Amino acid sequence: MIKFLFKGILNDKSRSLLPVIVVSIGVALTVLLHGWLTGVLGDSIAMNASFNSGHLKVMSRAYAKDDTQIPNDLAMLNADTLTGTLKKSYPELDWVRRIRFGGLIDFPDSLGETRAQGPVVGWGIDLFSPGTSEIERFNLRNSILDGRVPSVPGEALITSDFAGKFKVKTGDTFTLFGTTMDGGMAFKNFTVSGMVRFGSSVLDRGAIIADISDIRKALGMEGAAGEILGYFNNGLYDDTKATALMTDFNRSYASDKDEYAPVMIRLRDQGGMAEYLDIANAMGAIMVSIFVMAMSVVLWNAGLLGGLRRYSEFGVRLALGEEKKHIYRTLLYEGLLIGIIGSIAGTAVGLGASYYLQVVGVDLGDMMQRSTLMMPSVVKTRITPVAFYIGFIPGVFSMVMGNALAGIAIYKRNTASLFKELEV
Amino acid sequence: MQKPEIIKIENLSKKYHMGEGDFTALRNINLTFGKGEFTGLVGPSGSGKTTLLNIIGSLDNPSEGDAIVLGNAVSRLTHKQSATLRNFHIGFIFQTYNLLPVYTVFDNVEFALLLQKRTVSERYKTVMEALEWVGLTDKAKSKPAQLSGGECQRVSIARAMVKRPEIVLADEPSANLDASNSHHIIQTMKKLNRELNTTFIFATHDEKVMQYLDRIIHLKDGMVEKDEFIQDPKIVSHVSI
Repeated sequence: MIKFLFKGILNDKSRSLLPVIVVSIGVALTVLLHGWLTGVLGDSIAMNASFNSGHLKVMSRAYAKDDTQIPNDLAMLNADTLTGTLKKSYPELDWVRRIRFGGLIDFPDSLGETRAQGPVVGWGIDLFSPGTSEIERFNLRNSILDGRVPSVPGEALITSDFAGKFKVKTGDTFTLFGTTMDGGMAFKNFTVSGMVRFGSSVLDRGAIIADISDIRKALGMEGAAGEILGYFNNGLYDDTKATALMTDFNRSYASDKDEYAPVMIRLRDQGGMAEYLDIANAMGAIMVSIFVMAMSVVLWNAGLLGGLRRYSEFGVRLALGEEKKHIYRTLLYEGLLIGIIGSIAGTAVGLGASYYLQVVGVDLGDMMQRSTLMMPSVVKTRITPVAFYIGFIPGVFSMVMGNALAGIAIYKRNTASLFKELEV
Repeated sequence: MQKPEIIKIENLSKKYHMGEGDFTALRNINLTFGKGEFTGLVGPSGSGKTTLLNIIGSLDNPSEGDAIVLGNAVSRLTHKQSATLRNFHIGFIFQTYNLLPVYTVFDNVEFALLLQKRTVSERYKTVMEALEWVGLTDKAKSKPAQLSGGECQRVSIARAMVKRPEIVLADEPSANLDASNSHHIIQTMKKLNRELNTTFIFATHDEKVMQYLDRIIHLKDGMVEKDEFIQDPKIVSHVSI
């Protein structure tokens, strides 16, 4: 019987072609959309984690209250000791000290007079320790357009858009003006060791990266750090583990009433990341639900049209002694076969398109000039194992569902009218 | 010689609800059909021919009385039992052939055997045999759209006969055919009736069909007006197809 049905599907283009096309398009779009959202949200989350939030972040309680303003005057003074403790207590994470800061950069002319000035955000990170993970985490080697990663004190990287705007070259010097953690004026000279482009408008329009020891000196923060960030060693954020670690850490300081006592927060507790993570996690289910509903309605209609067209076929089959239940079941088998064919085709097309966009990406840089979101300017899809089945199962299900709804009419068919109906 | 009785209709009436009242399609019918009969139900439109075929074919239930078909009381059959009765014991031939257009001639004829879950080799042998009866072995791979009206009706006969049913019910089988094709079709059925001893019951008002019938039941207003056994029906000695 399966062979008989398969023949019918192959021979009857109007029975199979439209549903196969509908299922294929739906599945392909689902796969592509999933890849797109996974890529965009994933890259954005990863970039935020790398630059700002970490998987877990330790700050002083006072700093944590206003951490979006980077209040370095409330930074942790015993950061080196605390980092050592964290490394010992939670070895499943890589713990790094960071100083984020804002400031003004002054570029001198040949006489040492101010040629240009501009505001920047900056990162003091560990660039000099042997085997430091920060260079890789900031993707510095791949992001450098000119020059090199700082290797000696007094060197810094600046972002290329910023450098271009002020006509700065590798090897030029500049002065960083800022505020010390005691509220005094801070300034320190740096040499541009290279220029980087992170591919995120919010970073590329004005940022500097220097070793944390230089930034400590510049801002009078010896031994201190605004933030200690922890990254799971496998590179993937695990909210359950992060929550357990955070709870454990914060419990140990629960009785300490000092506003400078450390507090740990998760990635999802920072800067709207909870919504981001929830959307990323829920997106699969939302997409599948919308897909199944929309496709089922379309395929239901296609099935109804097919049912009308095949009205006499079903009548003859009833007259020949086929049970209604059996005809209904064969309709479901047909739906299954068409759904599988459409889903395979759709998944292949969706994966192909996703792969293309994963390699090439779409440059949204012009649209993101004024964006404050930390996300890559060139957004790319990401193919994950889920992409191989996220469209397949709903593709098959919606086709079967469509036929199941359309086939209900078979049960309402009155056999007593068959002769009359079949004489038309 | 008395033919063994395979259908017995007892006090059968059929009423349909029409608006506020009832329409009586059949009134108190009493008939018996013997094995191997070649019988026609004849009468004007609305006389109850198709309704009687429906009930004998277990497609409809009587309002009163019963039709005993091959020992099965139609009014007491479940949907499943009705389907089984049709599947194994009753063949249908329709005025408009009703072949499945996307399948080949072979597939159309084979379908009835698929429902009976016969093996591939058995199906092939039986289908080819049925196509040979109607002279269409060379058209086995053709689609219905490639056949003439007469050929389509012959495929329809092969489909009805392939499962070797005891009874074949044909509703106006020649209505869409020209005179020549009508004769061919009826002769083919008559030949199968003789050779396989299959009971054929027609609903018809085609004179060409009536010449071949060995029994004509005249229906009028849902009642049997006359039940005549033809002493000398047209004999088919050879069917050239």
